[in-house]
Amino acid sequence: MTLAPPIPLAAPPPAEEARRERLLRGLLWFVGAFVLVSLVRVVTGAIDVDSSGALRGSLVAAVPIALAGLGGLWSERAGVVNIGLEGMLVMGALGAGYFGYHYGVVVGVLGGILLGLLGGAVHALATVVFGVDHIVSGVAINIIAPGLAAFLAKALFSDIPGGGPTQSPPPGHPPTLTIGPVADWAAELEAKHWFVISDLSAMLGALVRELSSLTIVALLLIVATAWVLWRTSLGLRLRSVGESPSAAESLGVNVYRYKIIAVLVSGSLAGLGGAYLAMVSSQGYQNGMVNGIGYIGLAAMIFGNWRPAGMLVGAALFGYTRTLQLRGGTDSLHALLLVIAVLLVVVALRQLLTGQRRRAIVTTVFGAAFLAWFLTTDSVDAAFTGMAPFLATLFVLAFASQKLRMPAADGQIYRKGSAG
Amino acid sequence: MELVRRIGLGLAAPALAFVIAAVLSTVLLVSTGADAGKFWDTMLTAPEDRNLVNIINGAAVLYLSGIAAAIGFRMGLFNIGVEGQYRIGSFAAAVVAGEAWLPGKANTLLAILAAMAAGALWAGIAGLLRVTRGVSEVIATIMLNAVAGLLVGYLVKKVGVSTGVSTNTKPIPEDGWVGGFQIFSGVTAEVRGLALLAPIAGIAFYILVNRTTFGFNLRATGQNQSAAVASGVDVKRMVVISMLLSGLVAGLIGMPTLFGDAHNYGSSFQIGLGFTGIAVALLGRNNPVGIAFAALIFAFLDDRSGLLNILAGISPEIIAVTQGLIVLAVVIAYEIVRRYRVNLEQAAVARQIVESTHEEARA
Repeated sequence: MTLAPPIPLAAPPPAEEARRERLLRGLLWFVGAFVLVSLVRVVTGAIDVDSSGALRGSLVAAVPIALAGLGGLWSERAGVVNIGLEGMLVMGALGAGYFGYHYGVVVGVLGGILLGLLGGAVHALATVVFGVDHIVSGVAINIIAPGLAAFLAKALFSDIPGGGPTQSPPPGHPPTLTIGPVADWAAELEAKHWFVISDLSAMLGALVRELSSLTIVALLLIVATAWVLWRTSLGLRLRSVGESPSAAESLGVNVYRYKIIAVLVSGSLAGLGGAYLAMVSSQGYQNGMVNGIGYIGLAAMIFGNWRPAGMLVGAALFGYTRTLQLRGGTDSLHALLLVIAVLLVVVALRQLLTGQRRRAIVTTVFGAAFLAWFLTTDSVDAAFTGMAPFLATLFVLAFASQKLRMPAADGQIYRKGSAG
Repeated sequence: MELVRRIGLGLAAPALAFVIAAVLSTVLLVSTGADAGKFWDTMLTAPEDRNLVNIINGAAVLYLSGIAAAIGFRMGLFNIGVEGQYRIGSFAAAVVAGEAWLPGKANTLLAILAAMAAGALWAGIAGLLRVTRGVSEVIATIMLNAVAGLLVGYLVKKVGVSTGVSTNTKPIPEDGWVGGFQIFSGVTAEVRGLALLAPIAGIAFYILVNRTTFGFNLRATGQNQSAAVASGVDVKRMVVISMLLSGLVAGLIGMPTLFGDAHNYGSSFQIGLGFTGIAVALLGRNNPVGIAFAALIFAFLDDRSGLLNILAGISPEIIAVTQGLIVLAVVIAYEIVRRYRVNLEQAAVARQIVESTHEEARA
């Protein structure tokens, strides 16, 4: 009888190492971009490019995008494409508006989640149980939900003071967190407009003043998702269903059950995103308030390569551009052109060093185009920042598709027993 | 007997879907305290001549949108981007028509060609991304829809003229308009001239899909891509061409309204037609005749939605819910019927095998 040789404990397993390396690289990019933005702020004098106000606004704009993206992540990891997220956000916002007004903030949030969950249940029933094409079901949900919400809004809110046929009365805000002394100190430093230091304090200021508790919940949910999907057996099974349902079934995994769970979680997260829109981003439900955020969430998820951390980066970027657009800061938008130009040149250099000469040329051309745009104009129309999330996703899909890896069986219809 | 069962099964799905949609809509109405009786009164009254004209105009537009979506569907391509292509096309036509480069109706023709070209180009982006970079056309067209909306909004602001209330493209000179025609005497409402584009597109779609080699390849690719490739179909080329054709028809959606009614493009131009078109194509099973019925049904529902508010005090949004429910129910019902049919066939085959083995045993 021989014992297996002991596994050396010192060296982390390769997956762990790759993860760490990815984290480190991400951090480096973040610090680099941060210093760059700071530099651009000093050079161009566009203060609002990273003021605490803009960053706080970005956070508020990013959370619903991230929650929608997280919903997409759950569903697509189990192999169900969910473009019905948009409609589920609408339902969530309506639920939060109604339940929040009548029964308080906590029930309001739960009501938003519940209506999102109902949307998810419809999608699960159609796609998993009846094997309807995922896109078809999503399109139908996106037709039904806004109509249903508008119909119910008229029925539920017309006669309530503060409400109207197209909007709910204010459902109240979830509690917020402000650490007074730190916030004041950060504001003081920010006002000095020092290189890097003021930018850091702006970031701190954005986090310690009026930070919504729902924002914290959302961020925790992203961390929890990463943990559940990649570190637990439930997550392993759920992902296996999205990669190879027949293999999963032959190993005894109940494919339908995991797909249904995933789509229900997906709907609930989108519902929470809708609740966030109605309770944190604005003063209640309003017809047409979702306005494509579900699609942007989907874009953030693809941009982030079907992974939580990447999705969060995408959501943060898209939330940021949306906020600059809403704040009407044509100066900051203009300054961003310079940031993009420099970033593209850095990417081009990196491509040149790794021997991808043709790609480096393409990237340089784009970089030069952005630089020329920056130099020849004084302001950028808000329409272009609105397009940024969608164009960025298209570019990532077109030029980095080798690095993207979506779940292998994503969007495929699976029938129980196909494993044979 | 076999034929009867076939037709019965074919009609069972839509019938089931309408029943489900009707029941759910009624439940929704009753639960919000609306008068369901008045709802059904309004829905079941035969439309007056004036309303019929409305319905024909609405159906023509929805039919174009449905055909645009169906071209992609027939080959297994999901062109979610009909909406974006419709907006880009309408805008392009409005600009060309407003500039009046050519005299009178010649310019109208030029504008319509511009709409087709612009819609096709916009759809072509997604087609090219699909064949050169492997980008899913669903994702690409969703992104392109959003970009189209913002781009057109920006361009209207850039080249348009402000009326004080809103900014629109330059108005089309009167000799470029396409008038309507009366189909009922004594009714002032007219069917828009360019509504005739719908039957033309429908016939072209039928001939293309059912009577040409291209159409055969298109259907073959849609039903079994590997088999199509094995028999020598150039799938990449097919993808690009069908996206272009789909976008081309999508560019036409706005034409009846643009030349018959609005005479310029601006923020009041109807949005969402592209998405409804997807629903119409699904309801009509991507078949030119089926889509016509679907478009008429949806246009009828749209027409009723206006009356609901006036006659029954019910908010017209219920119609969007009903339309969505019909689509969802119909696709589920088709799937159920398909499974049932497969089971029937399997049972029949099993029976035949058993019988033939019995005969062999006897022999």
